[in-house]
Amino acid sequence: MKFLENILHKMEPNFVKGGKYEKWNPLFETVATFAFTPKLVTTKGSHIRDGVDLKRTMMTVILAMVPCLIFGIYNTGHWEMVAAFGDRDLSYSVFAIDKFWNGLMIVLPLIVVSYGVGLGVEFIFGMLRGHSLHEGFLVSGMLIPLTMPADVPLWMVGVATAFAVIIGKEIFGGTGMNVVNVALTARAFLFFAYPTSMSGDKVWLAGTETDGVSGATALGDLATFMSDKPAFENLSGFNQEYSAWGAFSGMIPGSVGETSTLAILLGAGILIITGVGSLRIMASFFAGGLAMGLLLNAVGGNPYLDIPAYFHLIIGGFAFGAVFMATDPVSASQTANGKIIYGFLGGLLAILIRVLNPAYPEGVMLSILFMNISAPLIDYYVIQGNINKRLKRIKTA
Amino acid sequence: MSKSINIRKGLDIRLEGESAKKIVVLPISKTICISPLDFHGLNPKLVVKEGDAVKAGDAIFFDKAHESVMYCTPASGVVKAIVRGEKRKILNILIETGSEQVYRQSDPINILNASNEEVKSIMLANGLWPLVKQRPLDVIADPNQTPKAIFVTGFDSAPLAPDFTFILKGKEKDLQAGLNALSKLTSGKVHLNINPTSAGAELTEMKGVEINKFSGKHPAGNVGTQIHHVDPINKGEFVWTLNAIDVAIIGQFFNTGKFDLSRIIALSGSEISTPQYYRTLPGTPIEQIVKGNVKEEHVRYISGNVLTGDRKQLNEYLGYYHNQVTVIPEGDQYKFFLTKGWLGLGFDKFSNSRLFPTFLMPKSKKFVLDTNTNGEERAFVVTGELDKVFPFDILPMQLVKAAITNDIDGMENLGIYEVAPEDFALCEYVCTTKIDIQDKIRQGLDVIAKECM
Repeated sequence: MKFLENILHKMEPNFVKGGKYEKWNPLFETVATFAFTPKLVTTKGSHIRDGVDLKRTMMTVILAMVPCLIFGIYNTGHWEMVAAFGDRDLSYSVFAIDKFWNGLMIVLPLIVVSYGVGLGVEFIFGMLRGHSLHEGFLVSGMLIPLTMPADVPLWMVGVATAFAVIIGKEIFGGTGMNVVNVALTARAFLFFAYPTSMSGDKVWLAGTETDGVSGATALGDLATFMSDKPAFENLSGFNQEYSAWGAFSGMIPGSVGETSTLAILLGAGILIITGVGSLRIMASFFAGGLAMGLLLNAVGGNPYLDIPAYFHLIIGGFAFGAVFMATDPVSASQTANGKIIYGFLGGLLAILIRVLNPAYPEGVMLSILFMNISAPLIDYYVIQGNINKRLKRIKTA
Repeated sequence: MSKSINIRKGLDIRLEGESAKKIVVLPISKTICISPLDFHGLNPKLVVKEGDAVKAGDAIFFDKAHESVMYCTPASGVVKAIVRGEKRKILNILIETGSEQVYRQSDPINILNASNEEVKSIMLANGLWPLVKQRPLDVIADPNQTPKAIFVTGFDSAPLAPDFTFILKGKEKDLQAGLNALSKLTSGKVHLNINPTSAGAELTEMKGVEINKFSGKHPAGNVGTQIHHVDPINKGEFVWTLNAIDVAIIGQFFNTGKFDLSRIIALSGSEISTPQYYRTLPGTPIEQIVKGNVKEEHVRYISGNVLTGDRKQLNEYLGYYHNQVTVIPEGDQYKFFLTKGWLGLGFDKFSNSRLFPTFLMPKSKKFVLDTNTNGEERAFVVTGELDKVFPFDILPMQLVKAAITNDIDGMENLGIYEVAPEDFALCEYVCTTKIDIQDKIRQGLDVIAKECM
C-alpha cells in the first residue's frame, strides 16, 4: 500500500492551504482519511488512545444492517413476483436467485439515490465549513432505503434525503448535533408530504397498479378492524394470511428492511455484542411495546385489540425501529437511566399510536420522533437527580 | 470505619514493558532542573540569581500567591541558568551540580512532641509543602485552609505503574513519621488507601491512620476515586492528597533533618530493552535515565505514566512528582485502512469497546500501543462509553461538556469540585471523539479557580 500512500503524498501539497486546489481540501481529506488512518499523534493528556473511532463504529452499524438488507432485497423481489403473477402462491416456485436479482434492481437504485444525494449535501456543507465528511451519514444513508416502500419514486427519496440532511442535521451543526433521527426525518417528510406514496394499499408491492392482488401490509389489514369494513372477518382469518412465523421470518409485504424480525435480531446481536447499540434502549423498547400490547389485550373488544401482544413486536417496523432507529445515540437519551425510560415510553407509544390512531397504520416512526424530542427532557430530570444527590450530601453532612 | 471497596468501573490497559524489580542507582546528573511548570497555577518569585551557590534543600523560589510556600532545590551546586520564555516567564532553573551532594542540615524533629503549627511551618519552609496537593482544583495545597481529611494513596494502578510496596521497602519509619506529620495538619482523619493484594507490611501496619482497601481496576489507585468512595468532597470543603512515596520523603526529613528528594522511579514501556527501577533525583535529564536502554529511535519519552504523564524530549527533565518514565513508540505513520487502519482486523489494538477481537484475548496478553490517536476528532456521538471507566457517581460526559462550554453553574452542580484531570484520563483514552478531555477539565478547573474560589 506504499504505492497508494505515495500518490496521496504527491497530491497533498495541492490541497493544503495555499495549494492549487485548496478549496477542495475537505474532499481530499475525506478520501485520504478513508484510505489511511491519519498519522495524527496525541499532543496533550493521555499519550495512547483507544483503537476505536467513529468510522469503525459507524461501519459496525452498517454491518449490522446487512442481514436486513439482504433479506429485504430478497423479499422485495418475492413480492414483485407476487404482483407480476397476480398470485401469492405461484411466486414461491420461482428461484431465489431470480427474486434476489429482481429485488436488487429495485433496492439498489434506492440506495444509490440515498447515498448520492445525502453525501452530496454533506460534502457541500463540509466544504462550506472546511471539514472532511463526518461519518454519521454512512448509517443514515443505508437506513433511509431500508425504511422505504419498494415502490416509492426515486425522486421522492432524493428530495426526502436532502430535506433530512439539511433540515434534520446540518442546520444544527452536522454529525452529533441533530435533534431527531436523520433517517426518520426523511421518512416522516415523505409520509406527510406525499402520503399517497407512503401508505395505503398501492405502495408496498413493486408494480401493483395493474394487478388484482391486495398490496396491503399486515398493519394495513389490521387497521381495517378498527373501521366499518374489516379486511378479514376475525383474527383467524388474518392469521391465515399472516402467520406468526411469516411475520417473524419476514415473508410479508412492508418497507424494504423492516419485515424480517429474524434478520433484525441478527443485526441487534451484532450491535449488542460490539456494544455499539444500547441494549438498554432495545430491551426497554420491546418491553414497552409488549406492555402496551398486553394492556390493549386487557381492554379488548375488537380483533385488533385482541391480537396477541407479541404479534405487535414482529409486524410492521417495530423491531426495526427498536434496534436501528431508537438506538441512534445522538437523538436518544444520553444517560443510562434515561435510556431505559426513553426506550420504554417509545415502545409504549408506538403500539398505542399504531392501534388507536386510524390515520397512522404504523406508529413506530412517530413514536421515536416524539421520543427524540422528549429525550433532552428525560435527560434533564436524570441529570437533576444526580445533582440533587450531591446537594443532599451537603445538607446531611 | 475503614472501608473495603472494589472498583468495577475502570480499565486496566495491559502494556508491554513492565519494570523488573531491580534498582540501579544513577549518579547525580551534571545538570538538575527545577521547573515552575511542574506546579500548576504557580506564579514563582525567585530567591536566587544565576551564579549563586546552593545546597540541597535551599529555597529557589516561592509562590507569589502563598509566600510561605518554599520550593527547594533537590541538588546542591551552582545556579547555572534561569531559562525564560516569551514575556520572561520562568521555564527552567538549571543547577550545575558539584562532585558531591551537600545538604542543608537541620535537626531531626520528633513529630509527636511538635505542635501543629510547628509541623506546618517546617514543611512550608523546607520545601516539603509542594508535595501536598489539594482538592478541589488539584493544585498545591493552600496552607491557610484546614482540610476536612487527608488522603494518601498507597498504590498506583496506572498502566506499568511502579510498585509502591517495592519502592517503600525499608522506609516504614519514614512513612510512619510522614503520616504522623500529616495528622497534625487536619482536624479530620488521615486515610491511607492500600491495595489488599499488593500492599506489604510497610503499608498495612501504619498507625494513627484509617486504612481503606481498594481493589479492582484502574483508577482504583487514583486518590480522586478513593476520596469519592470514602468521604466525597462537597462544595466549600477541602481535602489534601498525597501518595505514600511523597509521605515517606516528608517523614524522612523529620527523621533525619535532610531534604532528600531522591526517588526510586520505574523505567518502563515497550521500547525499553531492560525495564527496571532507578534511584535518581527529580529534574534529572531523561537522556541520562534512558541511556543505552532504548530499542528504537523514533519513540516518545513520557515523564510519568502513559495516561497522565508529560511528553519530554531527550534533553528535558524528569518531572517533580513523577515516579515513572515510560517510553512508547511514536505513531505518526499512515495506516492503510484494511490492514493496520480503522477497518483492519485489529489484533494489535487494545480497546475498551468490543469493536476489536482483542476483547476476547486472555488477560495475560500484553499490547504495544503507540501514540497514534487512531482517528480524527469528532463531535460526541457515542454515549455511555465514558461511564464504563469512570467509577464516580458523576455524569462524565455532561461534566466534560459543561467544562468545554465554560458553564460554571453546570460544572459546580455536576461535581467539578471532586475531580482532577487525572480522573478523566481513562475517559480520554476510551473516548471515540478523540477530544483532549483532561485538558478540557483542567481549563474548567482554571475557570472555577478564577471565578469561585
